Amino acid sequence: MSLDDLYRRVIMDHYQRPRNKGRIEDGAVTVDLNNPTCGDRISLQMRVEDGIIQEAKFLGEGCSISLASASMMTEAVKGLKVEEALELVDLFSKMMQGEDVDPEKFPLEDIEALMGVAKFPARIKCATLAWKALEQGVRNQQKAD
Amino acid sequence: MKNARKDFPILDQSVNGHPLVYLDSSATSQKPVQVIEAVEAYYREINSNVHRGVHTLGTKATDAYEGAREKVRRFINAGSTREIVFTRGTTTGINLVARSYAIPRLQPGDEVILTPAEHHSNLIPWQQVVKATGATLKYFPLEADGTLDLAKVRTTITPNTRIVAIQQVSNVLGTVHPIKEIAKIVHENGGIICVDGAQSVPHMKVDVRDLDVDFLAFSGHKMCGPTGIGVLYGREELLEQMEPIEFGGEMIDHVDLTDATWKELPWKFEGGTPIIAGAIGLGAAIDYLESIGMEQIDEHDRKLARYAYEMLSQVEGITIYGPKENRTGLITFNLDDIHPHDVATVLDAEGIAVRAGHHCCQPLMRWLNVTATARASFYLYNDEADIDRLVKGIQKTKEYFGHVFR
Repeated sequence: MSLDDLYRRVIMDHYQRPRNKGRIEDGAVTVDLNNPTCGDRISLQMRVEDGIIQEAKFLGEGCSISLASASMMTEAVKGLKVEEALELVDLFSKMMQGEDVDPEKFPLEDIEALMGVAKFPARIKCATLAWKALEQGVRNQQKAD
Repeated sequence: MKNARKDFPILDQSVNGHPLVYLDSSATSQKPVQVIEAVEAYYREINSNVHRGVHTLGTKATDAYEGAREKVRRFINAGSTREIVFTRGTTTGINLVARSYAIPRLQPGDEVILTPAEHHSNLIPWQQVVKATGATLKYFPLEADGTLDLAKVRTTITPNTRIVAIQQVSNVLGTVHPIKEIAKIVHENGGIICVDGAQSVPHMKVDVRDLDVDFLAFSGHKMCGPTGIGVLYGREELLEQMEPIEFGGEMIDHVDLTDATWKELPWKFEGGTPIIAGAIGLGAAIDYLESIGMEQIDEHDRKLARYAYEMLSQVEGITIYGPKENRTGLITFNLDDIHPHDVATVLDAEGIAVRAGHHCCQPLMRWLNVTATARASFYLYNDEADIDRLVKGIQKTKEYFGHVFR
């Protein structure tokens, strides 16, 4: 097992310079989640208009993997239809289980760097926290509509 | 203690290409071959249900199970095996006291006092007690290093204090609380004291009569025994007054279609087929610990903690939590700008097992103003070389993240 598979440069870049960190003022879907086994926390906000995620922002506390994953996720979902966001959640979950994923449908870009997490079973929950928040937020939004 | 290591077959392995250094005994200890063999021998040779039937294996299993109870009694110097209830672990023991002793007795105006450093297992049951009874939950203030000031303990306890529920040793700070002195103050005010011994009983001589405690709960798996077995010691006169919380086989005396009566102590609290193999394994663990000596183990663990404190203090950018003096065999720390999960992952890559997280102490984490910490904990099979490996691993962690951050 090589640490470099886990701590890819792009991950550390997102960790040190998180994208979309902060709050959305009005009309946002908000999800607060924590990982009870380790204490990591995320507060995710999304602005959804006409079924499209216009904006996603987060605040959180946690390790490099959990914060980098949140940062990457907020970039990736911007402009996606909510159904597409759910597909991306599913794809990410498969990626974390070490399955080969077909990147044709979505340009994974930075998210691809998280593939190595699958080799570190103890850290998978760190990477998936933000995505669970995304899934919950989308489902709450769907229920509200 | 050098010879102890060879008794633990699990330690003789490589993890991620490095010889394993196991520094997570506060979570669970490893098991010596003597305990593994005792459990195996039970299943191979005498497996049978206890307290029923007349066949020979049943008698042997019963003797072994009750023999383990006697070993526990002697180990903590209880007056009688009637005071030794086998449980699933510390959590179950504390919940038994909360539900069976506290909930039927407490009322509005009564107080339950804890420390802010309690493990969730000695916190949440009491939150439930005050919700159910209208009693009040109070806390002893902690000093800056996590210790208790007895003068403040004295002023916090009042004649309304019915229960003080307190850890003997903190699983995060390594602090050792003055239980004997606290018990005296509680009793002078007419209350009782329930002690969470999960982190103390494995590491030091705990004498329930000398400490004069009313309840003491602890777990087998942290003291070289199997998982799934624990002990609740309770003062006989208190256990006598308490109703069982689990009803069924094994715990009854007489049953008819509308009602039933209970067996005598301690069996009225052991409904269902008990944890026979676990109890026998715990008995073997006690034999093992006594063959080395609890005073020796205590001194060994404290010596390692002192050494670790001294060595880790020299690491630049480290914060160590808890007192410098009088700490048991664990050390909790954080490195500047590196999350403890990341520390634990790099150490794991070096074959070093430490715990990272909130250690089931979320309120204490808030008190420390952190969300998580890393913890290295020691037991009789660890030595100074393990700590040297830890220090090297921490240096490597810093180098690694210094490199990737650039």
